[in-house]
Amino acid sequence: MSTVAANAPGVAGSGLQDVAASEASLRRFLHGLPGVDQVGLEARAAALGTRSIKTTAKAYAIDLAISMIDLTTLEGADTVGKVRALCAKGRTPDPTDPTTPRVAAICVYPDMVATAKDALKGTDIQVASVATAFPAGRAALPVKLADTADAVAAGADEIDMVIDRGAFLSGRYFDVYNEIVAVKEACKRPDGSYAHLKVIFETGELQTYDNVRRVSWLAMLAGADFIKTSTGKVAVNATPPVTLLMLEAVRDFRAATGVQIGVKPAGGIKTTKDAMKYLVMVNETLGDDWLSPHWFRFGASSLLNDLLMQRQKLATGRYSGPDYVTVD
Amino acid sequence: MSDTTFARLDVLKTYKLYVGGKFPRSESGRVYEVTDSKGEWLANAPLGTRKDARDAVVAARAAVKGWAGTTAYNRGQVLYRVAEMLQGRREQFAAEVALSEGVGPKKAAALVDAAIDRWVWYAGWTDKVAQIAGGANPVAGPYFNLSTPEPTGVVGIVAPQAGYGHSLLGLVSVIAPAIATGNTVVVAAAADAPLPALSLGEVLATSDVPGGVVNILSGRTADIAPTLASHQDVNAVDLTGAIAADGPGAAQALEAAAADTLKRVVRPELDPFAQDWTNAPGTDRLLSFLETKTVWHPMGI
Repeated sequence: MSTVAANAPGVAGSGLQDVAASEASLRRFLHGLPGVDQVGLEARAAALGTRSIKTTAKAYAIDLAISMIDLTTLEGADTVGKVRALCAKGRTPDPTDPTTPRVAAICVYPDMVATAKDALKGTDIQVASVATAFPAGRAALPVKLADTADAVAAGADEIDMVIDRGAFLSGRYFDVYNEIVAVKEACKRPDGSYAHLKVIFETGELQTYDNVRRVSWLAMLAGADFIKTSTGKVAVNATPPVTLLMLEAVRDFRAATGVQIGVKPAGGIKTTKDAMKYLVMVNETLGDDWLSPHWFRFGASSLLNDLLMQRQKLATGRYSGPDYVTVD
Repeated sequence: MSDTTFARLDVLKTYKLYVGGKFPRSESGRVYEVTDSKGEWLANAPLGTRKDARDAVVAARAAVKGWAGTTAYNRGQVLYRVAEMLQGRREQFAAEVALSEGVGPKKAAALVDAAIDRWVWYAGWTDKVAQIAGGANPVAGPYFNLSTPEPTGVVGIVAPQAGYGHSLLGLVSVIAPAIATGNTVVVAAAADAPLPALSLGEVLATSDVPGGVVNILSGRTADIAPTLASHQDVNAVDLTGAIAADGPGAAQALEAAAADTLKRVVRPELDPFAQDWTNAPGTDRLLSFLETKTVWHPMGI
C-alpha cells in the first residue's frame, strides 16, 4: 500500500523513497523536520499582508482570484436546484460583464456530483467532491473508500478528502499515510487516470504549527496533488500563517523531489483584501509557477461576491453593493 | 517638597469619526483644523476620506436589518433616550454651537433646546407615521388591501452647512427623520462646523441606538458626498448641505450621480443660506425615505 508515492519519479532518487517504508522511519522523518519559528512565521505572514495592490495590478489580482475559486456549497440543506444555481454562477459569475473569468471548480457533496457535472457540461470548470466522511472523517476505511469511489464514478474531477485527525494527533502517522494512499487508489478511474486528490488537514484542530508542517510532508509523501487547510466547518479555518507554512512545505518538497504540489486555503476568506494577501504570499514564497488555478485555489463561497463587487467598482468607478450580486 | 505649583493641563479632546458604533480615526490618519466664526483655531477634526465613507456604508448596511426590524414603539423609546442624553450635555453643545456658528450663549442655548425638542418630536412620530403614509385601500374584491410604509435602507446625508442653527439643530433635523422610520444613515457633517456633529456621535453611542444606525464623518464634502451619491449600496441621499456652486460636491453633480443608481433624492433649498432651521419641519423629510409595501389578505379567514 505504501508504494504509490514512494515509487513516483520525483520521490525515487530524492532520498525520500524509504521514508514511508515503515511506521518508525516515517515517524523519525516527520519528527526530524525542523521546528517552526512561530513568532517569525506570524510576523512574516503579517508583513506580507501589508502590501498595497492598486489599479491594474488589482484588476489582475481580482481576475486571477476569481479564476482560482473552488465555489463551494457544503450544507446539509443543499438541493439540486441550489447546486445548479451555483454552477450557473460559476459559469457566468457576473452576468452583466462577460469578460469576468470563470471559477476553477464547483465543490459539492458526493451525491451532488452528477448534478454539478451535468450543469457544467461544455465548460472546463472542474467538479470537486468532498469525500471520506467529510467533515469529521470519522468512519471506517471501507466506508471512506466507497464514498470516494462513488464520487469518482459519478464524474468528480477532484476529490477533497479529510485526514483522520484523531489518528494524526495520537501519533499514528502511518495509519494516516496509508489512508491517503488508499484513497488515492480509490481515485483511480477505469481508464487508468486519477481524479485529482486534495487532502484536507483541518489545521484548526492540529494545535501546533509543527503539526501542520509534519502533516503537509506526510500528505505530499503519500501522493496528495493538493494540500488544503480546512473544511470550513470548525471555528478556526485558513489563516495566513498556516497557509504560509504550507506554501513553504510545497516549495521545499519540490526542491527535494521535483514534484509540484498545489495549495488550497479554505474557509474564512471572505474579502478581496484577504484574497490578495494570499496571492501576495504565494508570489513571494513560490513565485509565478504557482500563480495559476492548477496550483493554487481558494475554497470559498462568499468571497466571489466581494471580488465581483470590487471588479464592478474598478469598471464603473462606483462602489457596488450586495444588491448587485446574486444571493446564494 | 518644592513650593512651585504647577497649573493643571486641560485634557484636550481628540475628535473622532463615529462609524459602526465605534470612534475610529480617519483611515487616512489626517486631520484638518476647525476654526470658529472668527477664524480662531478650535480643534482638529478627522479628515474623513472616500474609504471612510465606504466603510461607513458597510456599517450602515449591516445595521439596517436590526434597526428596521425593531418595533416602531421601541424605536421611539430609543430616540427619546437620545434626547435625554442630549439634555444632559446641554452646556457642552451650547458652547460648541456658539463657537461654530458665532452666535451668543443665549441664542446657542436656545438652539440646543430646539434641537432636543425636535429629537423628541421625531421620536413621537415613529409609531404614527404609518397612519399618515399607509392605510387600507378600497379594492373590488373580497380582500383587505393594506399599504404600510417601510424604510428604504441606507440613507446618505449631506448635513446642512448653512442657515441659522445648522450645526446642531439642522443636523438633528436631517438625521432624526431618516432614522425614525427605520433607515440607517451615513452623515457627511458640515465641513466648517463638525464639532457638534462629532459630539452627537458620543451622545448616540451612550444611548441605545445600535452601532451603525448613525455614522458620522467629518471631512471635505467634495470627497464624501460624491462617494455616497454614487455608491450602489446607498438607497437614498439627502443633499441638504450641498451648497457648492459647481464641482463634485454641488447638488447638481450629486443628483446626477444618484440618478445612475436610482436613488431617492432630497434636494437642497433654493437658497440654503437663508434657511432658518428653527422653523417647524413638517413631515416632508419623514416621508422622503419610505417605500410602500402593499399586502392583500383574503377576507373571512
